[in-house]
Amino acid sequence: MIELIDVRKSYQEKEVLKGISTVFETGKINLVIGASGHGKSVLMRSMVGLIDIDQGSISYDKRVLDYENYDQTREIRRDIGMLFQGSALFNSASVQDNVEFPLKMFTTMTKEERLDRVNFCLKHVNLENVNSKFPSEISGGMKKRVGIARAIALDIKYLFCDEPNSGLDPITSRVIDNLIKDITEEFNITTIINTHDMKTVFDIGDNIIFIYNGDKWWEGTKSGVKNSNNKELQAFLNASYIE
Amino acid sequence: MSIFFYFGRYLLFLRSMFTQPEKLSVYVERLFAEMVAIGIGSLPIVILISIFQGAVTTVQTAYQLVTPMIPKTTIGIIVSDSTILELAPTITSLVLAGKVGSHIASEIGTMRINEEIDALEVMGINSAAFLGLPKILAGIVMIPILVIISIFLSELGGILAGHLSGVLTADQYIQGARSSFQLFNLQFSLIKAFTFGFIITSVSCFHGYFTQGGALEVGESSTKAVVYSSIMILVSDYLLAQLFLKV
Ligand SMILES: Nc1ncnc2c1ncn2[C@@H]1O[C@H](COP(=O)(O)OP(=O)(O)OP(=O)(O)O)[C@@H](O)[C@H]1O
Ligand SMILES: [Mg+2]
Repeated sequence: MIELIDVRKSYQEKEVLKGISTVFETGKINLVIGASGHGKSVLMRSMVGLIDIDQGSISYDKRVLDYENYDQTREIRRDIGMLFQGSALFNSASVQDNVEFPLKMFTTMTKEERLDRVNFCLKHVNLENVNSKFPSEISGGMKKRVGIARAIALDIKYLFCDEPNSGLDPITSRVIDNLIKDITEEFNITTIINTHDMKTVFDIGDNIIFIYNGDKWWEGTKSGVKNSNNKELQAFLNASYIE
Repeated sequence: MSIFFYFGRYLLFLRSMFTQPEKLSVYVERLFAEMVAIGIGSLPIVILISIFQGAVTTVQTAYQLVTPMIPKTTIGIIVSDSTILELAPTITSLVLAGKVGSHIASEIGTMRINEEIDALEVMGINSAAFLGLPKILAGIVMIPILVIISIFLSELGGILAGHLSGVLTADQYIQGARSSFQLFNLQFSLIKAFTFGFIITSVSCFHGYFTQGGALEVGESSTKAVVYSSIMILVSDYLLAQLFLKV
């Protein structure tokens, strides 16, 4: 469980996060939705301690994240896996080395055990026979999947995905959605996804938070999304319908 | 922002590296990889500049000492001393600031804009230490070794040029060089090389690490790394001379 209390962040004069409080439950898929530039990425980066927030608190199962206390932050981060908006794979390392890296750093596994684990994770994201390829040699969707494989290589408790299916075709998007859902249920982790894909919302969303101009504008379940009378949320929703 | 801001940030950056490594074996592995990259990778350019540097210094010193009253061995003395004290450590380091420094800054800068550094951080890895320490340690080990090689090859270049131009014989050169050789000069040269190795790698890591923006800014960081490490090399060269050389 991750709890946010009154999280605020400003850049120069611009208030990007205007006091966000919420709870992300364990074993649930929590979706943060909202239009481009409304603060989703800043919120996610604040939650993992990459951004020093101005005010408020973020706690991981009662452990409060303290930006100033670097050792403790690193301790919490060992339980976190994250897929970045741009995948953020290590470009100078092969797919296999990318996924193996966290295992190498934080476990005492032997080389064979690590390889087994790497292949297990890659298989989980439907990637096989790409071990020796480099990030520049694979497609955007494959990069995202390698990113997920790397994020789940260690036994994590919290999974963060920043727009896992932006720029992907609808079929691959569904594959990735289902993958995240399976992983969340299988390992009982707390998953947080930033997205503007409404299909994701209705397919896998357990808890949905709508961010509008840096504020938490609406929160509820996916059935609540359709029935809500929140004007901005409805506008956001209507813009996504194709019928 | 002021120079104090950047210098303070540089010191904090260095301090942040002093933590328990997440996994020593991975750091050691990276250290060896960096030692190969810096050491072996820089060997061709060091060989080239050293031989020419020794040769040119010999020919020019001979040109300056035209009177027959000065013995030929004096040329050996002057070339050898200036090679050991100044030319080999400083010129080599300035060239390496260009080669090694720009490479380090652009490598780390690219990782920064590609969010690879953020990815390391979110894994719970001290990215400054993980990226910086192996490079800095490799620099302070390998650059002194390169300087020793440079001294050796410069002398060789000097002897060769003396012989080829008929200015002085190899025997005269070596006799001069030996007559004035002091172990302290060599030690001082290595102290310089050690310091310059630290400056090149740490300044370049620093500029790469704090890159902001995109590909253009990576280029800027790389340029800054070369410019600032060169300036710091020259300033510390002067300070070390003041500190160690009592006339
Ligand atoms: N380092 C920064 N300095 C100044 N402003 C910033 C910085 N980072 C983000 N912002 C501002 O914060 C706002 C929110 O940005 P953010 O990246 O969180 O949007 P987002 O909701 O993730 O958008 P998208 O869906 O396009 O990814 C933007 O208006 C952006 O300009
Ligand atoms: Mg974003």
